[in-house]
Amino acid sequence: MATRDWPIKRKLTAILLLISGLVLLLTSAAFVTYEVVSNRQTIKVHLATRSLILAANSTAALAFANEADATELLAALRYDPHMVAGALYGRDGRVLATYPAAAAADLIPAAPEPDGYRFEGGRLVAFTPVAQGGNQRLGTLYIASDTKAVSDALRLSGIIAIAVLVIALLAAYALAAALQGRISEPILALAETATAVSTRQDYSVRAPKFGADELGTLTDAFNQMLGRIQDQSKELQQHATRLEQRVAERTQELEHRNEALRRNAAELLAANDELDAFAYSVSHDLRAPLRSIDGFSQVLLEDYGAQLDEGGRDSLHRVRAASQRMATLIDDLLKLARVTRTEMRSERVDLSGMARDIVGEIQRTTPDRQVEFTIAPGLEAEGDAQLLRVVLDNLLRNGWKYTGKQPRPHVEFRAVDENGDRVFVIKDNGAGFDMKYADKLFGVFQRLHSSAEFEGTGVGLATVRRIINRHGGRIWAEAVVDQGATFYFTL
Amino acid sequence: MNPGKILLVEDNPDDVALTMRALKSHNITNDVVVAQDGVQAIDYLFGAKDRPAATDLPAVVLLDLKLPKVNGMEVLQRIRSEERTRLLPVVILTSSDEERDIIDGYSLGANSYVRKPVDFVEFTKAAQQLGLYWLLMNRAPPPPRGP
Repeated sequence: MATRDWPIKRKLTAILLLISGLVLLLTSAAFVTYEVVSNRQTIKVHLATRSLILAANSTAALAFANEADATELLAALRYDPHMVAGALYGRDGRVLATYPAAAAADLIPAAPEPDGYRFEGGRLVAFTPVAQGGNQRLGTLYIASDTKAVSDALRLSGIIAIAVLVIALLAAYALAAALQGRISEPILALAETATAVSTRQDYSVRAPKFGADELGTLTDAFNQMLGRIQDQSKELQQHATRLEQRVAERTQELEHRNEALRRNAAELLAANDELDAFAYSVSHDLRAPLRSIDGFSQVLLEDYGAQLDEGGRDSLHRVRAASQRMATLIDDLLKLARVTRTEMRSERVDLSGMARDIVGEIQRTTPDRQVEFTIAPGLEAEGDAQLLRVVLDNLLRNGWKYTGKQPRPHVEFRAVDENGDRVFVIKDNGAGFDMKYADKLFGVFQRLHSSAEFEGTGVGLATVRRIINRHGGRIWAEAVVDQGATFYFTL
Repeated sequence: MNPGKILLVEDNPDDVALTMRALKSHNITNDVVVAQDGVQAIDYLFGAKDRPAATDLPAVVLLDLKLPKVNGMEVLQRIRSEERTRLLPVVILTSSDEERDIIDGYSLGANSYVRKPVDFVEFTKAAQQLGLYWLLMNRAPPPPRGP
């Protein structure tokens, strides 16, 4: 496991041990160094003292080059077990005497070396000048001592240092183990709480607080945060619940509406079917009695006309005229119903050509009336040809009809562009109408003229408007009484 | 003139009377057999339990559409589906000028479709023209060979 992945307990313990170990190590090193240095200093001082005393005592022996005295002087060194060698050199640098008396050659340097004290090869050596009267040099004294005292001190202090180190580290470990809990416990508790929150999504748990230190502050902040999250999640939950409730309500409402719509559609379909059936029935059944009324009135006129007076015959004629008018009314109504029921087929329609056809038909069937028709060429529109023919037929025939009392009747069909919209215009110079009643013009069975003035059922313009509406267009009219009417429509 | 009968399929007695009168007034003296509903018409043409089929087919059938029990379209369908009457001239004579009736009538093989005018003078003219055309001008198909 990488160090950074260690549990915090181990990390804390390791840090504490590392620090205390390092401190102990440095302290021990200092202690050992001090021991060694001070011991070396001590033996150096001892050696120097001994050298100076011995040198002072050696002046006579050297001055007279008395080898026997010199050897005896040096032999005194044997009382110090640490002294390993000694020698006296004359002024010329030759060895006068050695210690031990028969010292091996390698123990004694062949010639004196510069004055002073030196550690050499595990020994402390001293070359001391032997002088008389302050400045007359007689020779050099050499003595060497072993450094066993130093190594003994080193060993002892080392053992002590290691023992202290071990004991101190053990104590430090025990203390760290006991004390790291103060820091790691709150952190562990926080971590545990965080884990519980994240795994169980339970925001109601709280981390236990162990003190008022920074960790305590952290724990408080964490708990506060949890509290806020808990509040917010509760709020969210409430929102979600409310939302779900609302969605459910809406869904139900929508379902109700859908159901209502379905019912309405079904009702509409049924109504449409009923209307269809009604229209069919009207077409078949309503005309039959009219045929009987007209037929048998005619039978009466033919078979018994002679026996009736003028009034009786007139009455029968009126009965016949009425039944025929009713038949026309029924037919017009059926046409109106059909306009709504038939399916639209949209195509490009040549309105000018269509208008010319209709005018031709009008002129063929009523050659006794001379009406001037002006039809602009090239008028076209998108729409259902059959239905648009009904529109033009009605409007042109209206123009023809209402100019009946005009000495120079004229009907015109053209188009103008108004605000980018194509507006078709059918204008006549006929009877016109009072604009006061313009809003009634397109109502079913609405007539602005009496039947005596101008024949009609009042269904034509209603049919026209329905067709225009089905094409998504508009129709309106302007008129002046006795000066003519103008019908405008868009498609 | 074709001496054959006219089969008038019509449930309204007024219409029957007026049609008969219209035909007579133009000296169309052929026998007119009246069937008051679709069943009677089919029984007349194809026979029933208590009576055999008419031995000689009518020269023309004037067929109303809206009839009790079996309507005109069904009668027409039956006529066109039988080998014996497949070519029999059938004129639909009705009040309706519904597009769907006209299309259905021709689709099922009607020879003609005439709407009865309310104006009796017009009606009489129509009857006369029908009689003239179907009994005088028109060459009827040859009678089917017996089995």
